[in-house]
Amino acid sequence: MLRGYAVLYLIFLYAPIALLPIFAFNDGSIIAFPLQGFTTRWFSELWTNSALHNAVQNSLFIAVMTAVFATLLGICAARAGAMASFPGKQGILGFVMLPLVLPEIIVAVSLLIVLRQVLGLQLSNWSVIAAHVLICTPFSIAILNGAFQNLDPAMEEAAMDLGESRWSAFRLITLPLVMPGIVSSLLISFTISLDEFIIAFFLTGTNPTMPVYIWGLLRFPGQLPVVMALGTILVALSIILLTIAEYYRRRGLARAGVADTGGFL
Amino acid sequence: MTRPLIHLESIHKYYGDYHALRGIDLDIRPGEFFSLLGPSGCGKTTLLRTIAGFEDVSSGNMFIDGRDMKRVPANQRPTNMVFQSYAIFPHLTVAENVGFGLRRDPRPKAEKAKAVEEALEMVGLRGYGKRAAHALSGGQRQRVALARALILKPKVLLLDEPLSALDKKMREQMQVELIRLQRSVGITFILVTHDQEEALVMSDRIAVMFEGEIGQMADPETLYRRPNSRRVAEFIGKMNILPGHVTEGGPGVTVDVAGLGRAEVATEQAPGGVVAGDTAVGIRPETLAILFEGEETTRRVVEGVVDEVVYYGDMTYYDVRVDGVPEPLNISMKNLIGRPVLDVGTRTRVAWDERSLVVLAR
Ligand SMILES: Nc1ncnc2c1ncn2[C@@H]1O[C@H](COP(=O)(O)OP(=O)(O)OP(=O)(O)O)[C@@H](O)[C@H]1O
Ligand SMILES: [Mg+2]
Repeated sequence: MLRGYAVLYLIFLYAPIALLPIFAFNDGSIIAFPLQGFTTRWFSELWTNSALHNAVQNSLFIAVMTAVFATLLGICAARAGAMASFPGKQGILGFVMLPLVLPEIIVAVSLLIVLRQVLGLQLSNWSVIAAHVLICTPFSIAILNGAFQNLDPAMEEAAMDLGESRWSAFRLITLPLVMPGIVSSLLISFTISLDEFIIAFFLTGTNPTMPVYIWGLLRFPGQLPVVMALGTILVALSIILLTIAEYYRRRGLARAGVADTGGFL
Repeated sequence: MTRPLIHLESIHKYYGDYHALRGIDLDIRPGEFFSLLGPSGCGKTTLLRTIAGFEDVSSGNMFIDGRDMKRVPANQRPTNMVFQSYAIFPHLTVAENVGFGLRRDPRPKAEKAKAVEEALEMVGLRGYGKRAAHALSGGQRQRVALARALILKPKVLLLDEPLSALDKKMREQMQVELIRLQRSVGITFILVTHDQEEALVMSDRIAVMFEGEIGQMADPETLYRRPNSRRVAEFIGKMNILPGHVTEGGPGVTVDVAGLGRAEVATEQAPGGVVAGDTAVGIRPETLAILFEGEETTRRVVEGVVDEVVYYGDMTYYDVRVDGVPEPLNISMKNLIGRPVLDVGTRTRVAWDERSLVVLAR
């Protein structure tokens, strides 16, 4: 019974995604069966589309920046959570995780209001980055919490006791031990930011990000196969990045010699 | 007394409102094996960490080797620490762990490697250098932690319950090894423990702490035989506590002990001082003796009824109810040849001695 449900669920989940590569290589501009034969035409069209290149560049820039900032914030929060104790710690950490369950549309609209109406700023890639950092940081904290929680806080003290400064104790002991978590956090934040749509749609200025650009293409039925080709590349990229992230997360746990308790994959 | 290596002067430490150390005065001699003993939460770790430089003191003075430690950070103090969790660096090898403190040492690599090898040999881990540190057993980790701290030849080695994570057998073996190691390197050891037996076995001197204060500081024998207060007496070993009443002070103290009668004791038997009036009187179980059939004694004798018997192989522990004594007296007897084990309910005589009484200040 349960098994049947699980299989149905997986089909429901992955069938649409499986359609992406099928139509991406289909030689016909209408998305419908029967298939028309094999082509790589849609992929080569991707290469020549400069508007798309622009969008990809924007997205990559935003995703890299988001990954870096979210991970930096995540490191600070996770380290504070694991090693320091201060009044109201639980409550504060709870609030930090809140964006995880906040609807993105709310984040998008409220940020739009704050940036445009309250602060009177121009929208740009940076407004998207700010919002993406907001939604990626909880993920980053969740991943890094795992990495930091397994650390014995006495280790940094031991390094200091043996003559190192506070910073070099962090660099020599803590950093190598949480590095897998950091890599994993960078990759996941990058992936989330790269294909995020709602916030980007509200907050991009004149330069759309890739998901926003794709959405724009949908209005032209003739462009659909190109979207499929792009989608195929994105799915492949996401899977690869998430796999690498998971690999590093597990390696981190193995290195610290603790049992695996969940994760994203 | 030679100049103390560590000199603490009314050290106070607050965590927010919580008064964790309440005026600690302490002198530790060079080469001493010194223990901080006390119940959980009494501030032993806090005191050790202030000496190591991980915690700032709220007030008071600390000198190590004549040098004022105010504003001297942990990485510049002549102390090294063995942490309760050992804090072994799991991503490094055993040799890298042990050699960690030599990173800033200008000596050539080969010499440092030799120092590491010697340190490993000292703790009985010769040839373990290339192993991954995270794959070691508890006892091996502890040895690595020791070698890592000792390689810097500190003036003081601080150990925070280093044996508490080991099983009983391993713990006893390590106690002996630690004593041997301390004698051979001649470094001052300060050991934190809540295990009174461990402290008695290992230390030259012990400070017993309660709630941020030192209750008594003395060598193991004095501490055991002449505890200065009821809480020290009860914390170290087993002690029968009886109500008493001091009628006279001065040279020789007269005290009425409930159930036992009037006794004359020397002033040394009241290490906490004597005040006329109600007091508590302690007597150790092994200084009391059951008088078996036909045995006679010149010691004083009271009569009682056996209330409970616990047979331990080499020893038998009796609880004997004596008229006038509120709690049954604990008595421990060696099971010598020909000595029977008494049944519950047997009437028996109990011999005791005035010289083994301790008058305990409240
Ligand atoms: N960083 C801290 N912040 C607030 N209170 C603390 C802190 N560290 C210790 N305390 C408190 O100070 C008291 C003494 O703690 P400490 O760790 O020194 O006890 P201990 O004697 O080592 O006990 P144990 O045998 O359990 O290790 C405890 O009540 C503890 O709760
Ligand atoms: Mg402690």
